Amino acid sequence: MHQAPQRAFFIALKASLKKATAMTAHQTITAPEAADTEMMSGAEIVVRSLLDQGVEVLFGYPGGAVLPIYDALFAEPRLRHILVRHEQGATHAAEGYARSTGKPGVVLVTSGPGATNAVTGIVDALMDSIPLVVITGQVATHLIGTDAFQECDTIGITRSITKHNYLVKNVDDLPRIMHEAFHIATSGRPGPVVIDIPKDVQFGKAAYQGPQAVTHAHDYRPQVKGDAGRIAEAVTLIAQSRRPILYTGGGVINAGPRASALLREFAELTGAPVTSTLMGLGAFPAADPKWLGMLGMHGSYEANHAMHDCDVMVALGARFDDRVTGRLDAFAPTSRKIHVDIDASSIGKNVRCDVGIVGDAASVLEDMIAAWKAMRLSVDKTALAEWWKQIEVWRARDCFAYTPDSKLIKPQQAVERLYHHAKDKDVYITTEVGQHQMWAAQYFRFEDPNRWMTSGGLGTMGYGLPAAVGVQIAHPDSLVIDIAGDASVQMTMQEMATAIQYDLPIKIFILNNEWMGMVRQWQQLLHGERYSHSYSESLPDFVKMAEAFGAVGLRAEHPGELDDKIAEMISVRRPVLFDCRVTKEENCFPMIPSGKAHNEMILAQEARDLGSIIDDAGKRLV
Amino acid sequence: MPDPQPASVYDLDHKAEVENLATFAVLVDNEPGVLHRLVGLFAARGYNIESLTVAETDRNAHTSRVTIVTRGTPHVLGQIEAQLEKMVSTRHVQDVTRDPNGLERELALVKVKSLGAERVEALRVADIFRARVIDTTHESFVFEITGAPNKIDKFAELMRPLGLVELSRTGVLSITRGADAL
Repeated sequence: MHQAPQRAFFIALKASLKKATAMTAHQTITAPEAADTEMMSGAEIVVRSLLDQGVEVLFGYPGGAVLPIYDALFAEPRLRHILVRHEQGATHAAEGYARSTGKPGVVLVTSGPGATNAVTGIVDALMDSIPLVVITGQVATHLIGTDAFQECDTIGITRSITKHNYLVKNVDDLPRIMHEAFHIATSGRPGPVVIDIPKDVQFGKAAYQGPQAVTHAHDYRPQVKGDAGRIAEAVTLIAQSRRPILYTGGGVINAGPRASALLREFAELTGAPVTSTLMGLGAFPAADPKWLGMLGMHGSYEANHAMHDCDVMVALGARFDDRVTGRLDAFAPTSRKIHVDIDASSIGKNVRCDVGIVGDAASVLEDMIAAWKAMRLSVDKTALAEWWKQIEVWRARDCFAYTPDSKLIKPQQAVERLYHHAKDKDVYITTEVGQHQMWAAQYFRFEDPNRWMTSGGLGTMGYGLPAAVGVQIAHPDSLVIDIAGDASVQMTMQEMATAIQYDLPIKIFILNNEWMGMVRQWQQLLHGERYSHSYSESLPDFVKMAEAFGAVGLRAEHPGELDDKIAEMISVRRPVLFDCRVTKEENCFPMIPSGKAHNEMILAQEARDLGSIIDDAGKRLV
Repeated sequence: MPDPQPASVYDLDHKAEVENLATFAVLVDNEPGVLHRLVGLFAARGYNIESLTVAETDRNAHTSRVTIVTRGTPHVLGQIEAQLEKMVSTRHVQDVTRDPNGLERELALVKVKSLGAERVEALRVADIFRARVIDTTHESFVFEITGAPNKIDKFAELMRPLGLVELSRTGVLSITRGADAL
C-alpha cells in the first residue's frame, strides 16, 4: 500500500475540484444501505450495483468509452480493480476467479478493440458454463452506427457467445439491467452476460434501485428441482443395475460444494464407480477407491472400459461431449442412461437417454438420496462385487505407466513430481491447452472441487496464466500453479506484468518440449508425420523473460534436479516462470483413436502404428 | 496421377434421415435484437428456416409472437424446441405441428397478367379458392388469398400457366383452437 499517500492526495484534489465543476461531483458513492431512490450518474449506478451484488474484485482495462466508469471507480475503496495487460487476460482472470470461488467474475473493458479482445474469454466462459458479467463501454448513442472511433457492434458480435447481452440505451434501465445480468449469469446453467453501455448513458442521471427493488424484464426462472417421478424411476434403475457407473461433469462443480458432498454420499450409498469429465475433476476425491479417473479421449483405461460395459449410467451435469463419447454408435451400447442436467437442451442432444431429469445437480442428488432411502433400495451386492472385480482387472493395466529416462525429464514425471510437492499444500491448478493439459488431468490428483481450472469446451491456449492471476487474487495465500506448455504460455504471457504489479506469486510451470505438442502428436499419428508448422523455431529464453518481467526464472533440464527446483519454485513467494525441459517427442496416452469406441482405447505400449488403427472416417472426426 | 496418400479429410458425411416440417410459435420479449438472437441461433446451429413471421402482439407486456416454420429430423426438432426455450428472451414455445388443435394460416398477394380466356379462367379459379380481387387493370389482377400454406401452394401452381407474374407471401401464422392461450 505504498500508494496510499498518493491516493490521499488525489482524494483531496478531487474534493477541491468538486466545488469547481459538476463533472466530478459523483465521487462520493453512498453506501448500499442508503435510500433506493437516489439520483446518480450511469457510471455511479454501475459501481453501486456491483457493490450491491457483493462484487469485491473486477478485472479490466480502461479506454475512452469507459472513462466515466473508471472515474467512478477512482478511490472507491470497496471495489478492487485489477489492471490486466490485454482484455483477453481480463476475461480469463475473471473465469479463474469465478471457478475457484463460485462467485461471478466481473470484467470492465472499453468499446471496439476492448470488446473484441474480450471475445475469446467470453466464448470460453459460455462453453464451460462460467458466470461472468462483462461490462463494455460503447460510443455515445448518437454516434452508434456512424463508424465512430473505437465503435463496433459489440451486441451483435457477442449475441451468439453470451447467455444474454444488453445494449443500454436509456440510463433509467441501467439499475434493472445490472441486477438482472447478475441473476442471469449466476442462475440456471451459468454463463457470460455482456452489458454494453454507451458513454452518454454513463454520464446520464437516473434513480438508482437496488437488487430487490428492480423489476426484471425477463421471465427467467431456470428449473432447479428435478421431477420427483423421474427421480424415483432413476433410483429404481440404479438399484436394479448390476454394473452401474456415475459419470459426472462440470455441472456438479457449478452446483456448489454441497453437490460434491452429496455426490460422495450417493456413491457411498450405491457403491458405484465414479468417473468424470475434464471439467468435473475434484467433485469426487481422487483418493477414494471408487474413483476411476477421468474418462474420454485421454481418460483412464478403467474409466473408459467401465463406461463401455456399464448397464446403468448416471450422467450428472455432464454433456456427452465428442471428446468424452468417442464413436457415438458404439458408446456404452448395453446401458440405460440417466441424464441429470440443468440445461434441458443438453439432455438428448448428443446421446439419447432413458431418463432425463432437468434440475440442479445438488438438488437432484439430494432428492435421489432421499428417494433411495425412502424406497429402502439396495444394490445387488454380488453383481456389484463382480463388477468391481472386472474394474480392478482394467485398473491393473496401469494405463498411465511410462518409462522414465535417466538423462531427460519425461513430462508425465514432471507433473507427477509437481503433484508430490504440492499435494499437501492449499493448491489450485490452472492449465493451458494441449498435451500438458491432459498430463495435468491424468497425473495431478484432486480431492476437492474448485481447485482445477482449465479451458475444456473451447480449448483456449493462453487460458492458464491469466486464470492463475484471477485465482491468486481470490486466494492470496494459496499455492496457484499454471501447468503450461511452451506454445500456449506465449499467447497471454503479457499477464506476467499483472502478476508482478499485484504481487501475485503465481507459478507458471512450463512443460517445454519446443513443439505444439498435441498438434505434433496428431500430425504424427494422423497426417503421415508431416509436421506442418508445429515446431517452435525461436522460443524465448523463459528464465531471462521471467527476469525481464521482474519475476523469478527457474530451469530444470535433468531428472536429478527436478525435485529441488520444484521445491524452490514453491518456496519462493514471488511469481515464477519455470522452464521444465522435457522429452520432445512424447505422446499423450492412453488414447481413444478418433472414430473408435471406449473399449478400443490404446495404451502407450500398443501405440506403435496408431496411424493404421484410425481409418479415414475417424480422421474426419478429429 | 492421383495422390496415393491423401493429406487430410475433414469433410463430414451427411446421413440421409427423414425430415419433417414443423411450425413453432414462440412468445418473446419484444426488445431490440431479439429477432437477430433467434435467427442467429438457427444459423449458428445449422437449422433451416422455411418461413418466419414476427410482430408485437402485446404492447403492455412487451411481447412479440414469432412463428417459425422449420425442417428437421425428430431429434433436430426436439433440439430446436429446447434451444428456443433456453433463450433468456423466450417466454413460451409451442410446437404447433404436433398439437392436434394447431391452426395454421398464411396470406398471399398474387399478381396475374393475362388476356382473354386465361383472364376469365384466372378469375374462375380465384373464385373457387375464395381469393379476392383487390386490384385490376385491363390486363392484370391482384388476388388476396388466405389459407393453409398448401392451399396457397396449390393456388399459385394453378395460376402459373394463367400468367402469374408475382407472388408475395406472409409466411405462416398459427394459433390453437379452444379457449386456452399460449
